[in-house]
Amino acid sequence: MQTINQEVIFEALRNALGEKIVDHRMQHGELTITIDAIDFLVVSRLLRDDSALRFDTLMDLCGIDYSTFGDELSTKYRLRGRRFAVIYHLLSVEKNQRLRVRVLAEDNELPTVDSVTDIWPVANWFEREAFDLYGIIFAGHPDLRRILTDYGFIGNPFRKDFPITGYVEMRYDADQKRVVYQPVTIDPREITPHVIREEFYGDRES
Amino acid sequence: MAEIRNYTMNFGPQHPAAHGVLRLVLELDGEVVRRADPHIGLLHRATEKLAENKTYLQSVPYMDRLDYVSMMVNEHAYVMAIEKLLQIEVPIRAQYIRVMFDEITRILNHLLWIGAHALDVGAMTMFLYAFREREDLMDCYEAVSGARMHAAYYRPGGVYRDLPDTMPKYAPSKIHNEKETRIRNANREGSLLDFIEDFTNRFPTYVDEYETLLTDNRIWKQRLVDIGVVSPERAKALGFTGPMLRGSGVEWDLRKMQPYEVYDRLDFDIPVGVNGDCYDRYLVRMEEFRQSNRIIKQCVEWLRKNPGPVITDNHKVAPPSRISMKQNMEEMIHHFKLFTEGFHVPPGEAYVAVEHPKGEFGIYLVSNGANKPYRLKIRAPGFAHLAALDEMSRGHMISDVVAIIGTQDIVFGEIDR
Repeated sequence: MQTINQEVIFEALRNALGEKIVDHRMQHGELTITIDAIDFLVVSRLLRDDSALRFDTLMDLCGIDYSTFGDELSTKYRLRGRRFAVIYHLLSVEKNQRLRVRVLAEDNELPTVDSVTDIWPVANWFEREAFDLYGIIFAGHPDLRRILTDYGFIGNPFRKDFPITGYVEMRYDADQKRVVYQPVTIDPREITPHVIREEFYGDRES
Repeated sequence: MAEIRNYTMNFGPQHPAAHGVLRLVLELDGEVVRRADPHIGLLHRATEKLAENKTYLQSVPYMDRLDYVSMMVNEHAYVMAIEKLLQIEVPIRAQYIRVMFDEITRILNHLLWIGAHALDVGAMTMFLYAFREREDLMDCYEAVSGARMHAAYYRPGGVYRDLPDTMPKYAPSKIHNEKETRIRNANREGSLLDFIEDFTNRFPTYVDEYETLLTDNRIWKQRLVDIGVVSPERAKALGFTGPMLRGSGVEWDLRKMQPYEVYDRLDFDIPVGVNGDCYDRYLVRMEEFRQSNRIIKQCVEWLRKNPGPVITDNHKVAPPSRISMKQNMEEMIHHFKLFTEGFHVPPGEAYVAVEHPKGEFGIYLVSNGANKPYRLKIRAPGFAHLAALDEMSRGHMISDVVAIIGTQDIVFGEIDR
């Protein structure tokens, strides 16, 4: 039932957005469209206000770092060398539909996407989170501060090049009678290696 | 004329009414809140980053520790996301078990909420009552998974094991002698299902007790009615879900609107509020107690009649039985591969949302074909709710902030992740 819905809504999307859709895919009954950051503000307004779409709630917003995603998949998703993207999960309570929007940030050094706090107020904290964890700048955000990491934290911890152990650790120093930061004393270790199998590995008749 | 300036007050992070580690910076004009700025992240553990460095199976217990008062529902969203990407079928009995434990968890969560909320507002007794019932439900958790809280019971492809035939029993001690212990063990003689059924028969009376204490209580109503009013349009714009959205009068429940597992076969109602204030949200949750109880009853009845497998027989995802693992070389290899390398999830992305006791709990999973997730995003309902605290508490008194935090059902495990 939901897949039929998704096709109807994709038609509506194509009518409303036209050429602005860089890529679209349907997987497991979920529709994803990819959009360039430059078009996003116009598109998001349309998504909320178009009578056929009516995405009145932004369920989730998250950053993603595609730097180690793999060449094959990056080509398939038409990322065109963009490292950062913001993923929006929209929900229409009125029409009971969901949509995923992938917005590719232009610059890999200073990724910037327009803020949607005016369109969906819930985006406020979610954008702060993506800014904090990935360093994605949301232009037009009223109060872009760090949210989850410590006061005075340096770096963007969820980027793929940030080590899981971090750079600094905190301890109480008995001599100075205060908490001090120092470089980490543990090494990152990989207990289970990261493995990608070729397709049908082990299932093949030999 | 003297210059009047607003007073800035720091609330928390170690305040007993702050529900964990919430730090609130309040700008006060006398006793009236002009601005509330919650500082979160004091419990940030980077669960999403950790999950990128663990196999899919190893991250299941992390899910328990997100919202640590509704453990199994968190797992549910996570395993459903994996199942969606793997495209595997879950045995029907496992689906019923999951639904039953989801509802047990909903009661557990709401019990903690009503206890803590009432305690914040000034009613001590509720807390004791709520924990009395929580104890029984915790025992169900223990019977089925061995752990009272962090169960790790749902696994990709089903649940870890079938429901046990016996319940853990109390032992006589210095405080409770033999005779007393026999009375305490009276409803624990049968199977887990018998115990749960006994609980569902007792529970409506307990809810009546809570309602006698609170619903028409003058102080309770003075503290909650017309506090933190949110209109339906505003609630949608602010990303509210679950009882917070339904309290504002929007009929939205994922169990009805986008049914997962076997919710479409079960009979239950969705309570909605009218005014969108704290009192309506209280009433909505009280009714959810009764509805959850109804669902559990139906599940118990079905589970009694229909034995069957509780986990998929695809041994690339779920471990084989101990016996076949010891006797069959292929099963041995499956077992070894599963617990060392883990299973591989086909490339793709999936977003799965469940109706968590607090709202919509979503898992967005991106896989690039490896044995570990490429990206895992947890959509915590409390995150959006707490973000709206500023708007909800503006113009209210400082003591109302406590009531609003209580009505939002804040748990920091999920907000900070």
